[in-house]
Amino acid sequence: MIINNDVAKKLKKDFPIFKNNPKLIYLDNGATTQKPNRVINTIKEFYEKYNANVARGFYKQSQIAMEQYQNARRIVAKFINAEAEEIIFTHNATDSINSVAYAIESIIPEGRDEIVLTEMEHHSNLIPWQQLAFRSGFKLKFIKIKDDFTLDLQDAQEKITKKTAIVSLTHVSNSLGTINPVEEIVKIAKSLGVLTLIDATQSVPHMKVDVGKIGSDFLVFSGHKMLGPTGVGVLYGKRELLEKMQPFNFGGGMIKSVSKESSEFADLPEKFEAGTPNIAGAVALAEAITYIDKIGVDNIHRWESELMKYLIESLKKVGDIVLYNVGLKNTSGILSFNIKGIHAHDVASILDSYDVAVRAGHHCCMPLMKRLGIPGTVRASFYFYNTYEDIDKFVEAVKKTKEKFGR
Amino acid sequence: MTDSNFPERMYKEHILELYKSPENFGILENATHKHTETNASCGDEFTMQFIIEDGKIKDVKFYGSGCVMSTVSASLLTSKIKGMEMEEAKNLSRDDVLDLLKIKVNPGRIKCVLLPLYAVKNAITHTHRETLKI
Repeated sequence: MIINNDVAKKLKKDFPIFKNNPKLIYLDNGATTQKPNRVINTIKEFYEKYNANVARGFYKQSQIAMEQYQNARRIVAKFINAEAEEIIFTHNATDSINSVAYAIESIIPEGRDEIVLTEMEHHSNLIPWQQLAFRSGFKLKFIKIKDDFTLDLQDAQEKITKKTAIVSLTHVSNSLGTINPVEEIVKIAKSLGVLTLIDATQSVPHMKVDVGKIGSDFLVFSGHKMLGPTGVGVLYGKRELLEKMQPFNFGGGMIKSVSKESSEFADLPEKFEAGTPNIAGAVALAEAITYIDKIGVDNIHRWESELMKYLIESLKKVGDIVLYNVGLKNTSGILSFNIKGIHAHDVASILDSYDVAVRAGHHCCMPLMKRLGIPGTVRASFYFYNTYEDIDKFVEAVKKTKEKFGR
Repeated sequence: MTDSNFPERMYKEHILELYKSPENFGILENATHKHTETNASCGDEFTMQFIIEDGKIKDVKFYGSGCVMSTVSASLLTSKIKGMEMEEAKNLSRDDVLDLLKIKVNPGRIKCVLLPLYAVKNAITHTHRETLKI
């Protein structure tokens, strides 16, 4: 079923928040998406029917909980073309990156003491590396962005060298919506034996992400930005690397045997999941993925592109709008803009009075905003349940804001 | 969609008017005290400039950029303290400034309103590391 405006309207009915807030125009999906009935019901059903801890429960409910948790891992793995053992459940993408930034020290070869990031990273893919740099005396380098909001690939080639330990970059910029050529950058890194991490938080919910095709060593994303609950995220790592890496969290669930003096760690993936995991969260995330898969990520990407085309055309007609956008071809469903002379926070406050939910500010990308020479932007971000009517109401509210505030 | 949708509580007509043409905006020649206050998270930045003689604020102007709330607050505050004893200005409270706006400010925007107050206090007390006496 190809998504068009009618289908989007129908899909919106799967989300109870819109029934409870009939006026809500939700364009803050980059921050978190809304949750469909089936995900909410999965959580409810889990706690009402199967709730038990996983592992070593010899009773029926625990076995069902275990089966569901393992099945969730298989569903996540299949969705990004990985193996189940390569999927570690974390709290969110930030947690996943922090975990890698800690554990990676055990596998970085001698003589590699540089970390390469880009100027468009979310703070979650910057601060964990800053801390690693402080801890270990590593140096941070940043791939520049060009004035058209794309990465400077020539700069990438100069900055990724045999001294680089890891390249960590975002697949889709949470501020600009730019889709980065991650396959190319991973190829450059691989040719020099450099480790790679892709922050796929803004791509996995919206377009096909295949870890085999991208080829990165690690890839991370959050469940709540793809219809799942908060508190569950994913760390994908290549099996051979995860096997080599030392765990970074210790405790129950991640061991084979323990003596007073030392312990033998469990095999993948349990080795990296100390303590009771977010079982219901993982099961609900798998339900979200099943629903997304039924709609189809390519279908979602195509519909969001259509909405984006319509949004950009509509905003251009308003006038006095500055777009921070790379052009339709390389854009996901995220658009940053400013109304000339009006502070982004004022715009967002006014839009809220029209029941339009957007984000305004630096979007956890203060270095990027500095590079762009602005304090912040207003950001509209889609998901498949957004419609042309949502955009019309949004643009109308932008017009009103401009009229009222223009000076 | 009508104008009645507007958040009248905050963006009242007198606020918007002052935002469009703030008072005491511009460069003050021969300033004796000056301080730039920045809110890094939203990018607002205002510089307060003073001519202080015999412990009295003879003149004050500000320049910089910010949202409606911080701009209007800077305009109202500079008008209030012009001619004021320095000691009195030092003791201005958060509520003194919030009262000037005559609106109910959303909790998330209170820091915008208070930015100019910090700039004033830092300029005249020299407590801030960026404070510059010229």
